[in-house]
Amino acid sequence: MTAPTLSRAFDSDIAWSFRHSWTARISSLLLIILFAAALFAPMLANQNPYDISQLNLLDSELPPAWAEGGDPRYLLGTDQQARDVYSSILYGLRLSLLVGFASVALAAAVGISLGLLGGFVGGLVDGAIMRVADILLSFPAILVALLVNGIARGILPPDRHAEAAIWVLILAIGLTNWVQYARTVRGSTMVERQKEYVQAARINGVSGMGIMINHILPNVLGPVLVIATINLGMAVLTEATLSFLGVGMPATQPSLGTLIRIGNEYLFSGIWWVVIFPSVVLVVLVLAVNLMGDWLRDVLNPKLR
Amino acid sequence: MTLLSVENLTVAFPGRRGTVNAIENVSLSISPGEILGMVGESGAGKSMTGAAIIGLIEPPGRIAEGRILLDGQRIDTLRPEEMRRIRGRQIGAIFQDPLTSLNPVLTVGEQLIETIQTHLKLSHSEARERAIDWLRRVGIPAPEARIDTYPHQYSGGMRQRVVIALALCAEPRLVIADEPTTALDVSVQAQIIALLRRLARETGVAVILVTHDMGVIAETADRVAVMYAGRIVEIGQVADVLKNPRHPYTSGLMASIPRIGPRPEVLPQIEGAMPRPGNRPEGCAFAPRCPHPVERCTRVRPALEGTATASVACHLTEEVPA
Amino acid sequence: MLGFLIRRIIQSVFVMLAVALIAFMMFRFMGDPVNSMVAENATTEERDAVRARLGLDQPLWMQYGRFVGRAAQGDFGLSWRNARPVSTLLAERFPATAELVLVAAGLSLLLGIPLGILTALRPNSFSAQTLQFLSLIGISLPTFVTGILLILVFSVWLGWLPSFGRGEVVDIGWWSTGFLTLSGLKALVLPSVMLCLFQLTLIMRLVRAEMMEVLRTDYIKFARARGLPSRSINFRHALRNTLIPVITIFGLQLGGLIAFAIITETVFQWPGMGALFIQAVSFGDVPVMAAYLVLVSLIFVVINTTVDLLYAVLDPRLRVDSPRGAH
Repeated sequence: MTAPTLSRAFDSDIAWSFRHSWTARISSLLLIILFAAALFAPMLANQNPYDISQLNLLDSELPPAWAEGGDPRYLLGTDQQARDVYSSILYGLRLSLLVGFASVALAAAVGISLGLLGGFVGGLVDGAIMRVADILLSFPAILVALLVNGIARGILPPDRHAEAAIWVLILAIGLTNWVQYARTVRGSTMVERQKEYVQAARINGVSGMGIMINHILPNVLGPVLVIATINLGMAVLTEATLSFLGVGMPATQPSLGTLIRIGNEYLFSGIWWVVIFPSVVLVVLVLAVNLMGDWLRDVLNPKLR
Repeated sequence: MTLLSVENLTVAFPGRRGTVNAIENVSLSISPGEILGMVGESGAGKSMTGAAIIGLIEPPGRIAEGRILLDGQRIDTLRPEEMRRIRGRQIGAIFQDPLTSLNPVLTVGEQLIETIQTHLKLSHSEARERAIDWLRRVGIPAPEARIDTYPHQYSGGMRQRVVIALALCAEPRLVIADEPTTALDVSVQAQIIALLRRLARETGVAVILVTHDMGVIAETADRVAVMYAGRIVEIGQVADVLKNPRHPYTSGLMASIPRIGPRPEVLPQIEGAMPRPGNRPEGCAFAPRCPHPVERCTRVRPALEGTATASVACHLTEEVPA
Repeated sequence: MLGFLIRRIIQSVFVMLAVALIAFMMFRFMGDPVNSMVAENATTEERDAVRARLGLDQPLWMQYGRFVGRAAQGDFGLSWRNARPVSTLLAERFPATAELVLVAAGLSLLLGIPLGILTALRPNSFSAQTLQFLSLIGISLPTFVTGILLILVFSVWLGWLPSFGRGEVVDIGWWSTGFLTLSGLKALVLPSVMLCLFQLTLIMRLVRAEMMEVLRTDYIKFARARGLPSRSINFRHALRNTLIPVITIFGLQLGGLIAFAIITETVFQWPGMGALFIQAVSFGDVPVMAAYLVLVSLIFVVINTTVDLLYAVLDPRLRVDSPRGAH
């Protein structure tokens, strides 16, 4: 039975490398464009959509520039408040990515710390962390994020909701997604703990924790990077969903999800461009991040599947 | 009288780096009631020959050349549905690993009865009778009770007995047993081989016994075909081949059988590794590992030559006729 | 089997107690209920009296015990937002969500399994490749975007189907159903399609992967070698082994459907529990949030236990009390 496996290996080798470089190239190109657009939004935008003085109500509800009645100044049209859709998307993208990256960083920090702690201390602490992780995992992420969000809103006075929204979102999404980091890091830590240098350090009265962190972190860097990339896609999507549901970014400071929510309210007036363009950008962003994550996973750690 | 004959069979696997031949120019025949051993290292093409005979080569592999005849009728060109009727009814198969060969969610009885009813016009209760009878014949204790249990409730050796019953229950005339004992405990192996031999004698079924174990061949088979790198390098009566192996590879295989008696320090092994398909040398594929190669071996591939009963593919034997 | 069942039920009770603890903590530490019970200028004595009447001066574990006792009877107090009993609010909303989720789950199974089988049996056919590609898009599209697209196409542009509400409902006891009127059924189409789409693609891909895996196993090859007809091999031998893991995942996903119903209900203004929960989240209405959490957890736990039992029924290797064979 050598021949079939052999020929399959040839086939897949070429197929893999071809497909990989292909999706990886396209998605990385898209991501570079989107990240750049977010970073340089104030320079690329035609107006600051948050600055009411720049808006001219006469220009409201204009269709995209190429459509009938479109205005060349507003490439993707304008919304009810005469905000330029193109500029709103740039600023919204900026917020979406900001929340995405910040919540991934929070999740990674919490997950890595808890994973190290659980793996190193073991026993009751480890058991408690892992039980909490199990329970978290058995609930859909969106539900957990909604719950954290609701609790935060319940604690904050209502008049502070809008300004605190971004922090609440980062907290809610970050606290939902730490489990995978914790599991990965905990596994590596437990393996590392058995090694001789740690045992030696313990006998010599050194805690070994410091040395271990130095050894473990490089080991888990690959998997953590993969998890972080996949999580970024999920975080962006969760943020958009929460904002769409009206419990995320407020209308005064719209992210992509908020823009879609606002657009959705005017769907029946026939102004489709306000909802479609932010949706397209969101889908492209999430798709590109996910493809990138899949590719990274295959390259860095086939075992993570 | 010949039951099955394979003529100049070549199985090819098209790949992106060109077509690779898993087996090349294989010819053999088997008579009713005969046990033909096929021996060689893994990857030599023994299992592929068996898969070709039963018509189950995995795509993209295909028969590129040659013919397979059952009772003088070509079966390699049959349509899938016609070939399906032959499988199980005319040609059966016994697989290597009894732990994975049985469907875990169907009872042993359901699997037996379905196989019997597929091929024989029997009512459900007749088929069940027959299934119980087969379980008894392969040595399952209390078959009336065990028939309604699931495979995981049997031990490995017992499961291989069930596999044998499944292969033989529609009374095929030829059965291809692909390494039937490799996955079993050593203590069980002898029992399974004895069972196969006994059933072959009782039912008159011909057996192609694929194995990498020369010892099993010596005990069981009437004739033996030695395969190396996709080709048959020697074929003949077991007694003759064992007494007087003519191909240096056969000698090498013989030397690696452990024997009872004074034990040598190290079990002799053939140096090197068999070339992979697609990577075979121009001349004799065994030349790089051969203890006595001559100049011609690296240039010209030796043909399988000899009498109707014994053939060998080696330049050395051509020069010194046996 | 009985032992297994008892063990599962004990586990479930512990999970529910943990969830109740979270709900209790939300009550206990978010806002002070005494503030809403007494006048602005109440004296400390008056406040303490109310505190004692509410049992808030007792040790925490006793308060928790009483909370669990009341929760077990479905008593979660009054909504902070509109002062109606939470249990009534949830009971009014429950049928809408249940019907939506059941229809979506049924659709995703009814379509997902056959499509998965089709793509597994003919992996190179045009239709299979097209379906694979479509399912990739289905998995990447945010669900609310799918919903908006559905509304845009079928309600705004074509005007075929309603985009909000449940249509006419018929009351049967306390249950209100949309199954019995044409407008109710029409209203159900778009929301259930939106809700099932993600599950459908997931089930299709899962069935496909599992089935292809099973078709490569030795027992399928052996079944082929015995000349069994391909219909029996595909649907009797392979499908059973395929569906066992699919059932587990589906059980887990059913919980996901309830969670995702929150989004669907928002997009289509569907008067279900999810929409109620979103309102509670945006107003910080703790009793409603807590009750929803407990109810949804209870549904999860029941589903998971059922799935485990079903798994044991379907897979003979897991029937714990089956007699072991001779070795």
